[in-house]
Amino acid sequence: MADNLKVEELDQVVVRFSGDSGDGMQLAGNIFSTISATVGNGICTFPDYPADIRAPQGSLTGVSGFQVSIAADKAFTPGDKCDVLVAMNPAALKTQYKFCKPTSSIIIDVDSFKKADLEKAQFEATDAAGAIAEMGIKQDVIEVPVTSMVKDVLADSGMDPKAMLKCRNMLALGLVCYIFNRDLSIAEKFLREKFAKKPAIAENNIKVIHAGYDFGANTHASVSHTYNVVSKQTPAKKGRYMDINGNKATAYGLIAAAEKAGLRLYLGSYPITPATDVLHELSKHKSLGVTTVQCEDEIAGCASALGASFAGALGVTSTSGPGICLKSEAMNLAVIMELPLVVIDVQRGGPATGLPTKSEQTDLLQCLFGRNGETPMPVIAATSPADCFESAYAACKIALEHMTPVVFMSDAYIANGSEAFKLPNLAEYPAINPPYVPESMKGTWTPYMRDERDVRYWAVPGREGFAHILGGLEKDSKTGAISTNPENHDLMCRLRQSKIDKIQVPDVEVEGDKDDADLLIVGFGGTYGHLHAAMDEMRAAGKKVALAHFRYINPLPKNTAEVMKKYKKVVVAEQNLGQFAAFLRMKVDGFAPAQFNEVKGQPFVVSELVAAFNKLI
Amino acid sequence: MSEYTAKDYKKGQPRWCPGCGDHFFLASLHKAMAEIGVAPHNVAVISGIGCSSRLPHYMATYGMNTIHGRAAAIATGCKVSNPNLSVWQISGDGDGLAIGGNHFIHANRRNIDLKMILLNNRIYGLTKGQYSPTSPRGFVSKSSPYGTVEDPFRPAELCFGARGHFFARAVATDAEGTVNILKSAHAHKGAAVCEILQNCVIFNDGTHEAVYTKEGRAKNAIYLKHGEKMVFGENNEFGLVQEGFGVKVVTIDQDGYTMDDVLVHDAHCEDNTLQLKLAMMEYPVALGVIRDVEAPTYDDAVNAQIEEVKAAKKYHNFAELLETNDTWEVK
Repeated sequence: MADNLKVEELDQVVVRFSGDSGDGMQLAGNIFSTISATVGNGICTFPDYPADIRAPQGSLTGVSGFQVSIAADKAFTPGDKCDVLVAMNPAALKTQYKFCKPTSSIIIDVDSFKKADLEKAQFEATDAAGAIAEMGIKQDVIEVPVTSMVKDVLADSGMDPKAMLKCRNMLALGLVCYIFNRDLSIAEKFLREKFAKKPAIAENNIKVIHAGYDFGANTHASVSHTYNVVSKQTPAKKGRYMDINGNKATAYGLIAAAEKAGLRLYLGSYPITPATDVLHELSKHKSLGVTTVQCEDEIAGCASALGASFAGALGVTSTSGPGICLKSEAMNLAVIMELPLVVIDVQRGGPATGLPTKSEQTDLLQCLFGRNGETPMPVIAATSPADCFESAYAACKIALEHMTPVVFMSDAYIANGSEAFKLPNLAEYPAINPPYVPESMKGTWTPYMRDERDVRYWAVPGREGFAHILGGLEKDSKTGAISTNPENHDLMCRLRQSKIDKIQVPDVEVEGDKDDADLLIVGFGGTYGHLHAAMDEMRAAGKKVALAHFRYINPLPKNTAEVMKKYKKVVVAEQNLGQFAAFLRMKVDGFAPAQFNEVKGQPFVVSELVAAFNKLI
Repeated sequence: MSEYTAKDYKKGQPRWCPGCGDHFFLASLHKAMAEIGVAPHNVAVISGIGCSSRLPHYMATYGMNTIHGRAAAIATGCKVSNPNLSVWQISGDGDGLAIGGNHFIHANRRNIDLKMILLNNRIYGLTKGQYSPTSPRGFVSKSSPYGTVEDPFRPAELCFGARGHFFARAVATDAEGTVNILKSAHAHKGAAVCEILQNCVIFNDGTHEAVYTKEGRAKNAIYLKHGEKMVFGENNEFGLVQEGFGVKVVTIDQDGYTMDDVLVHDAHCEDNTLQLKLAMMEYPVALGVIRDVEAPTYDDAVNAQIEEVKAAKKYHNFAELLETNDTWEVK
């Protein structure tokens, strides 16, 4: 490293890789976040990819971004704006510049700023300098001849020019690794494992990464400073970790719960963005006995999962909001048949097809109430990528132990975003004990007999002496036969409600200034990181602020009313027009919170949250 | 000999209209079950919604009377996750072919080992008399007072079009014919569609009149049996012969046709062309097992693949799954 180079020690930095959707920005970002996590930094990532499969090359709509925040301690969000922006082409520079701070460094591939490239991105300018001037960019722009360097490095590799260009992302990654003082040996290991069957590709990529790194070291005139983010270790963090995104964590939670319950895991699903990766992940793990059926439609996905539950499996279906619309009839059937079922809703922008690759929390009321009749259903909303594991496990446990469909909600942001995940020890997780009908009840048992929690017993087909029929028609509470008796129907509606009300969920935790906050921030699900970061920033500025973030939505934790009423001022912040606030007002008498609502399809911006919350104090 | 009798599968008092074809079919199903001999607790009977979908309530087996159109989808999950069960799907023409049409074709395409009973009375009975997807063009009903302006589905065509490997047909009032096809359906490993021609005495009386009585069947129906000549008529005086691309009815020993010209039924023939022609005939109406071809089933394949992958992969529980990831240690 050059002697006169400034090394800045930081608690948190944000890097945004951007380029054409074929430029491999997601892979470069992933490797960078893995390297950082490996040295003990907190990581939080946000892949921001276009809905088009492959927009025209170099066009403004085809830009794919991957933002990663690395922190000395826990990284709660991927960051509002970035410290370093990598823009592989003019379209990326044009569309991603808005994520820059006044102090950001921008890295461009100057070779891809030719006249034709610039025209595709609707620039008047004919070269890089002109484009920078045209956009009025004042920040440092590091012009790197990425394409030509890659060609030089790989000249003797025997690769064809097209294949060589696919390594451009590694050159950019190498340079970023230099800027952040990252150890390349971890990247090397990563690539050798990823391309274990194609060692030549791995070695060529590694060569390119080194070239990028060396470019940074040799041309420090163009790199004004490098950064160092030292990991702050705490004893609580001790253990083994892996990088995980929310969809993978969800799949792992389901696998873990099925194993704990000793049941076969059955997923009935239909591909839909952004939930499809749950189907992909589970489909890989047949060696664990996982059964996945890609059905003819969303309806069959849910219906077949319910059929699997009837037959004694843990039935799960995964989808996003538009799929929930279609699954609601079978979810409702699960309510009246009182069978376990886990419904995964990875929320995206709506209504209808809406914004398929973007993130919102607009399905909450649909999940709570979007069915005919009185149909109470537990709802759990995961709060972070790694929390998808815990929440999916909890959803399965409730479904199996209380004989009920459960909705597990996540969203595009936590589903695709990733963070460090401490490897769980399944032995330490609570047991899952479905209420199988005891053999002693043979001869006297009927399907709607209930235990003290108002949960009916589960008689799996194949057991002699327990043949019975379930169905969508109301049943007599005692005999299990079809009944239209008014008193019985009223009783059954109340029993189904009471069964859900009796589910024990942990109290909602208040973080921050829990005793004397002037403002309580309330949120649910995937916004936890942003709301927490906003609270931290406000407290650092001397404000008294607390956060109550909900994972259990239905039933609500027992201390909900107490917490909501304890603070002078409460704001419910959510990525919809006030659905959770409306639910809380319904459940907590006299509750009248302030609201912060945004439906942009993008994660919250912490600085905007802070500005809005400050006005409330 | 089976250790069960029809009584072992019977439950409750059916609530269908007197004279409804469902009564006849139910009695045949009880009888067929007893002859098949699968223990009642290893049978799951799964229906959708409609008159005929009440049927599981009258079975002393495991059962579900679910939601409109979804029986095949629910039965799919049931069979795939618990292959030891004998799974029977009960649907009417509206449940199975209108709202549930998508699931009907895909269950056939995948070849899931479901016994798919289609009780076809060409009418919506439970909602009191609207035309169904099997009602003929011009059919007058409460929702088509001036006659329908659409062509019906013909279930066999849909089954074959979806690459179905088993199709059989019986008339509800014909106990022997019904029991025979149900037993054949059970013996066939894979999706097995049994179309039951059934009368609705209230809203579509006489829809299958030509074949609904024994006398009518003697004149107007042909019982197809694999490996046997295709002859019919009160004295077996008629036969089916091939003419060009078609099948034609001839009088045996007339116009130069002899028994040698009469076709022999081949239900096991992979090519379904001739089987489809037989299934489509309006005179005579083909009854019995029209197509019965062995093919790999989805539920077997899913479970076999799980076993193969188990043998090939080195991780078999959650803890081992975690070890397949790149990890790092924070000390």
